[in-house]
Amino acid sequence: MIARTLPPLAAGTLFGAGLALGGMTDPARVRGFLDLFGAWDPTLVFVMGGAVLVMAVAWRFVPRMAHPLFAPKFALPDRSDLTARLIGGAALFGVGWGVAGLCPGPGFAALAIEPGAATIFVAAMLVGMAIVRLMEPAA
Amino acid sequence: MILPGFPDAAPLAGLAGGILIGLAAALMLLGAGRIAGVSGISARAFGISDGGISRDGAWAFLIGLPLGAAIIGLLGGGGEPQYAGTVPLVIAGLLVGMGTRMGSGCTSGHGVCGVSRLSQRSIVATLTFIATGIATVTLMNALGLEVLQ
Repeated sequence: MIARTLPPLAAGTLFGAGLALGGMTDPARVRGFLDLFGAWDPTLVFVMGGAVLVMAVAWRFVPRMAHPLFAPKFALPDRSDLTARLIGGAALFGVGWGVAGLCPGPGFAALAIEPGAATIFVAAMLVGMAIVRLMEPAA
Repeated sequence: MILPGFPDAAPLAGLAGGILIGLAAALMLLGAGRIAGVSGISARAFGISDGGISRDGAWAFLIGLPLGAAIIGLLGGGGEPQYAGTVPLVIAGLLVGMGTRMGSGCTSGHGVCGVSRLSQRSIVATLTFIATGIATVTLMNALGLEVLQ
């Protein structure tokens, strides 16, 4: 129980702190990044760049480890096929991301900043996820 | 620090936040052996998907997100953001929920974890959602639609 929950709790807390510190819980910053042809705000480039750099190093450790530090084995995605579902889904997600300037992580993190707005977003997001599940039960 | 030409950007805070996000994702990867993909973890926590991280692990991660943001707030960071109104929040939430399930991930799983692994699927997904995000904001601005209040 502790081994199953403590690492994710620590990771989630670090993640939420990083989102807030990097301005990603501020929809104006996110929409500013997406406003490439207007008043462009490059802050998100630095956020994603910092995160990708750290993770590029972390990935180097995986082949050298017999198992994760607190779990019996790695369980990682192994698909490489490009499907219409992947691209169509990413396209829809991008539209939603642009409309309100929120994606799932900042949506949950914003529960600590503006609970009303964040709850509406997260609830609608979960409904959207459930709709896909109901439409495609095998997926 | 001010980025020349972009007086409103916050490059250092952005980089520091990004490094924290990277460390969080690294902890999930090397500690739990899992991708820190928030859309997948939310679906798991709420019983919308069956596989993946343990359900209590998914809840622990999700509870951490506002906790971390609250800590930054207590330290005086994060500012006072404005959010969209109810109608755009509902539309955005539905699209984000449907899109991330169909597309198997969001900004964290594809954008951070997958791109850093040079996953072909994640690179294509990330370029796609950035492109449609840019198109959406550009179109809304051209139409004079202000959503943040």
